[in-house]
Amino acid sequence: MATEVMSHEHQAETQNQGAWKGGTEPFKASYGKLMMWYFLLSDAFTFSGFLIAYGALRFSMPTWPVPDFVFSAFPGGIHHKPLLFVTVMTFILLASSFTMVRAVQEGHRENKNGVVFWMLMTIIGGLMFLGCQAWEWTTLIKEEHMTVSVNPFGTHTEAGVYLMGDGHDIKEGDTFKPGDSYLIHKHDGEWMPLKYRVTEGEHAGMEKQQAFGPKAFGALFFFITGFHGFHVFSGVLFLLIICVNAASGLYVRRKNGYEMVEKIGLYWHFVDLVWVFVFLVFYLL
Amino acid sequence: MGHLSYEASKRVATKTIGILAVITIFEVLFALLGKGYLVEGFHISGWITGFVMITLSLVKAYLIVYEFMHMKYEVPGLVRTVLLPTLLLVWAIIAFMMEGKYWNVSRVRVKNDTVKAEDAPKPQGSLIYNINESNL
Repeated sequence: MATEVMSHEHQAETQNQGAWKGGTEPFKASYGKLMMWYFLLSDAFTFSGFLIAYGALRFSMPTWPVPDFVFSAFPGGIHHKPLLFVTVMTFILLASSFTMVRAVQEGHRENKNGVVFWMLMTIIGGLMFLGCQAWEWTTLIKEEHMTVSVNPFGTHTEAGVYLMGDGHDIKEGDTFKPGDSYLIHKHDGEWMPLKYRVTEGEHAGMEKQQAFGPKAFGALFFFITGFHGFHVFSGVLFLLIICVNAASGLYVRRKNGYEMVEKIGLYWHFVDLVWVFVFLVFYLL
Repeated sequence: MGHLSYEASKRVATKTIGILAVITIFEVLFALLGKGYLVEGFHISGWITGFVMITLSLVKAYLIVYEFMHMKYEVPGLVRTVLLPTLLLVWAIIAFMMEGKYWNVSRVRVKNDTVKAEDAPKPQGSLIYNINESNL
């Protein structure tokens, strides 16, 4: 009887061997991990599509909003701190990537409490990042009145002198050079583009008023950071589910070194990786 | 994984996050320096800052993929199937930025040509006008 069972098992084993019989793992990675890699590759294609649209449109415009001017607000009413807030956001996401690595490492040595603790840290990091992004969007939409189709951030192409002030930073008689940025303010639902006189170049002496910046900026910014934010959001949801599963001891029973944590880890690092490039094209260049 | 002991992999992770943090701070400071925010009147050409930023971002991407995502420990076949298409994508992004620059130049050229054409004597009549006339 016992030998019969043995031979059955042996038969099943030999049947599953060989590259085309499902016995070996292609690329020595489990099905789930391999498919996660290919999902991430396909996701990279989607993000690249967005970044290609952004790059082509940005460089086809005569002017583009200067990131150091657009992204210079900080919570607590602090202004003119270029790139400070997005740097904080970047560090939050990097830190959450590190806590994710720690969770995977604890998983490899089957330490349930360690996995749950570091996954919770990662979830907190993800939520903090989402909170920061919500604040950034709120500032742009509510205070600076940027929408997907209206971009109040403009850049001067000529030197000139303002003929009126805006009650914020610009006073009557202030001068500006080509390349200087401005924000058109909105009072009681009315746009208030400032009038100025050109002082140099072929239009010298002409009176003009501030023009809106390239329309595509708002749409590109909200769609790309929004799509990334949605990835962070769904990442947090999956992290929560897997954290609860880990805490319930589900992965202890699977005895595969918490592979599920490793898979969600791959996804989480990918989200961080995409942010590296969003940070590059929107804020640094 | 499984190639490193728990303690060793912990050290690698700490070192990697340190390098990533330092690169990020350097990138931000370099971007601000290049645009003249740190030293009054001091600018660096956009081509140089752009090149440095893209290179450093690719270094960051390498560290995340190889150290955090453990690509280092995968077999060459998997590495190639994932990374070769990604490299083509990076090339596509850079190529389309160049293409956008060309659109910009062409747009200025078309605008200048149009201004010149408006100054030139206007041709009398047009093909469409003649067709409409014959229809009447």
